[in-house]
Amino acid sequence: MGKLTSTVWLVLIVFSQHVMANSQYNMRKGVTDISNNVYHLHMTIFLICCVIGVIVFAIMFWALIHHRKSKGAVPAQFHESTKVEILWTAIPFVILIAMAIPATKTLIAMEDASKADLTIKITGSQWKWHYEYMGEDVAFYSILSTPQDEIANLADKNPNYLLEVDKPLVLPINQKVRFLMTSDDVIHSWWVPDFAVKKDANPGFINETWTNINEEGIYRGQCAELCGKDHGFMPVVVEAKSQEDFNAWLADAKQAKQKAALADAALLDQTLPKEELMTLGEQVYMASCAGCHQPTGMGLPGVFPALKGSPIVLGDIKDHIDVVIHGRSGTAMQAFDKQLSIKQLAAVITYKRNAWGNDTGDVIQPSEIQAALDAEGEAN
Amino acid sequence: MSSIVEQSNANEAHHGHHPAKGFKRWLYTTNHKDIGSLYLIFSLTMFLIGGAMAMVIRAELFQPGLQLVEPHFFNQMTTVHGLIMVFGAVMPAFTGLANWMVPLMIGAPDMALPRMNNWSFWILPFAFLILLASLFMPGGGPAFGWTFYAPLSTTYSNDNTALFVFAVHIMGISSIMGAINVIVTIVNLRAPGMTWMKLPLFVWTWLITAFLLIAVMPVLAGAVTMVLTDKYFATSFFDAAGGGDPVMFQHIFWFFGHPEVYIMILPAFGIISTIVPTFSRKKLFGYASMVYATSSIALLSFIVWAHHMFTTGMPVAGELFFMYATMLISVPTGVKVFNWVATMWKGSISFEVPMLFSIAFIVLFTLGGFSGLMLAITPADFQYHDTYFVVAHFHYVLVTGAIFSIMAGAYYWLPKWTGNMFNITLAKWHFWLSLVSVNVLFFPMHFVGLAGMPRRIPDYALQFADFNAIISIGGFAFGLSQLLFVAVVIKCARGGDKVPAKVWDGAEGLEWEVESPAPYHTFSTPPEIK
Repeated sequence: MGKLTSTVWLVLIVFSQHVMANSQYNMRKGVTDISNNVYHLHMTIFLICCVIGVIVFAIMFWALIHHRKSKGAVPAQFHESTKVEILWTAIPFVILIAMAIPATKTLIAMEDASKADLTIKITGSQWKWHYEYMGEDVAFYSILSTPQDEIANLADKNPNYLLEVDKPLVLPINQKVRFLMTSDDVIHSWWVPDFAVKKDANPGFINETWTNINEEGIYRGQCAELCGKDHGFMPVVVEAKSQEDFNAWLADAKQAKQKAALADAALLDQTLPKEELMTLGEQVYMASCAGCHQPTGMGLPGVFPALKGSPIVLGDIKDHIDVVIHGRSGTAMQAFDKQLSIKQLAAVITYKRNAWGNDTGDVIQPSEIQAALDAEGEAN
Repeated sequence: MSSIVEQSNANEAHHGHHPAKGFKRWLYTTNHKDIGSLYLIFSLTMFLIGGAMAMVIRAELFQPGLQLVEPHFFNQMTTVHGLIMVFGAVMPAFTGLANWMVPLMIGAPDMALPRMNNWSFWILPFAFLILLASLFMPGGGPAFGWTFYAPLSTTYSNDNTALFVFAVHIMGISSIMGAINVIVTIVNLRAPGMTWMKLPLFVWTWLITAFLLIAVMPVLAGAVTMVLTDKYFATSFFDAAGGGDPVMFQHIFWFFGHPEVYIMILPAFGIISTIVPTFSRKKLFGYASMVYATSSIALLSFIVWAHHMFTTGMPVAGELFFMYATMLISVPTGVKVFNWVATMWKGSISFEVPMLFSIAFIVLFTLGGFSGLMLAITPADFQYHDTYFVVAHFHYVLVTGAIFSIMAGAYYWLPKWTGNMFNITLAKWHFWLSLVSVNVLFFPMHFVGLAGMPRRIPDYALQFADFNAIISIGGFAFGLSQLLFVAVVIKCARGGDKVPAKVWDGAEGLEWEVESPAPYHTFSTPPEIK
């Protein structure tokens, strides 16, 4: 018995050191104080469970080996013992209390989002994240950037396959960052294992959580709540920078936003050639529309409508623009007015009206999009 | 009305004690043994269909990248796999075992409400026909997970959601009728002298399960009805824009869902508590404490539901309450495991196939219990929630727990049902292949989950690739191994070595006093229990 137990212990210790060192097998320690606490909590409970398991099953297997009928074992007659029964109720109870104390402490710390240095509003929608730096006038969508060819096994997969986005969330280290979570459609869940932060983004409600990152680096996570067809394709990427680098990035982001606004204004007087709009339109379509309406424009019957031969796409241009910029309430069709620039909107609508044999010949200019957006402003 | 009743009474009297011939026997039967067999055959069929869907899931996940199915179809597979295994495989299997064994164990001539019994079975195939048919319609079947969280199941679901809703309604009605029947039978039809504390444990656990079913199936019916009206009749139970709350859906669902978990495991405890003493040739260590432990698990199951929802954003006080309450469940569960071990201790143990499955149950279910305890710890749950760690946890308690207990029960009573001993060699192959493959299938899921792989995704990052390949191989092996079980059952039904009334030398209980196979009608005159 002694030999057996010590062997099991040895295996456990070697194994647990191995798993501790390797995040392919175990929870990550992560890069925040909280995530470290959670990791140690996890390992403590795990080891307690292992010890209980080893003891209980050692006894059971002892009985299975030594109290076998084939070895001539004669059954004992004992049953019911109040003393033993009280003991095996009380001991687990004490162990549970021992587990509950550190768990309670960590939980209370995790739920205290007060005194934050920076607040980010995170909005989930099918199948992308939107980050808004509250009070900083910086906001953007973050979308999966893994090429379709890699997903379809037509190209080799890069090391960050499915865990890469076009624009990561950039955060400063050693600052308490508060996250406000919500959703535009279904429930999503924002998860970065290295921060031990996972919180649901509920449509119509705002959830609160926080983190304080200790190390610079790139941290990757995924949406953790089934949110429809492309649930597996909406990763979270966070780039943690030093305070100086973060400030520089923030300044750049603001500047880029102003430049984009100027470029949009300049577009209003231009007439873009159809070829340019079609090329850009196809890119935008593949990134923003093809998830539902499919690269072929055929949609998914009974779920997402086809655009090929669609009465809206082939019909009045104004109605078509209206659906794209405002979405369709009560359906999965989102409003794209805030997601895409007027040039992108013009391009993608032009593309839809001319691709897959739709061949309307219509060319939509950014100024028409702007007119539709302005009309909405006046109507309000 | 009365004339119809008289007529059918006359029919029964006319046919006397022999079952009708052919298909009508099964369609019109009110015999608890026939209905028990129907439930079990139905459950096995559903187990194979749900298993086939799991094979699709594992084939897609064998390698990173999208190979075989579209994400939308993948989601239908995970959803319908879950629904079929819960409502089509595990629950009907236990109802089938209850139908067969409860009257035999308490010395009753039949179930108390035989016509309702016929109904509660025969509406089930239609429920699953509706559910499966939706897979072939434009837009496909339900794709929002078996937990059908709103608004994914309302505003954002496909047009066939109504079929899902009605299928679940019918399943619920069937379960409630089955549960009423079990309760009425146990309360009223016990043989003289069979006092409450003499009830076999399988009967006790089923009685408690039946109360759980009656308490929570209507809650599920309410949830699906609200989904129906939110989707088709513009109500806003779960839509904030109309004053509703999507998180309220989860509270309602899990108020059903958590007791449901125990509905699928309490009868398993009953089966294991029956088999372990038989093959240890020793009385169950603590009969009374088993009864009390089962009751306390059932009661606690009503106050732990929100541990499925720690990430939805709850006040700290709520999180603490549900964490403590959940941890508390491990106490009565521990009592059960200790009891089984104490029963084996100093017994005279032999390893017949039902015992092999029971021992595997005790070890592997406990493993699932440990991961359950880990999941109860709220801060750690934030990391485990909605990952493969959870998938590993509930498959350990449901496959190596519930399903293994059903296999154990089937092997234990199959000779009583058929009068023939099953092919032991084949059955042992089934056991060992299942035991190895089920662990290859589910054990590595703990690792990928801890390493950060979310559940319900059709494609995954490269660091999860090796484990997923292993998991899929385990999955195919486990799936194929179950065909051996089908072979054993068919062979055993067709013939084999004849068995005596008391098939297992250490077995106790009234079911072993009737001849094997159990005659069509048993205990027409109640036995006297001393």
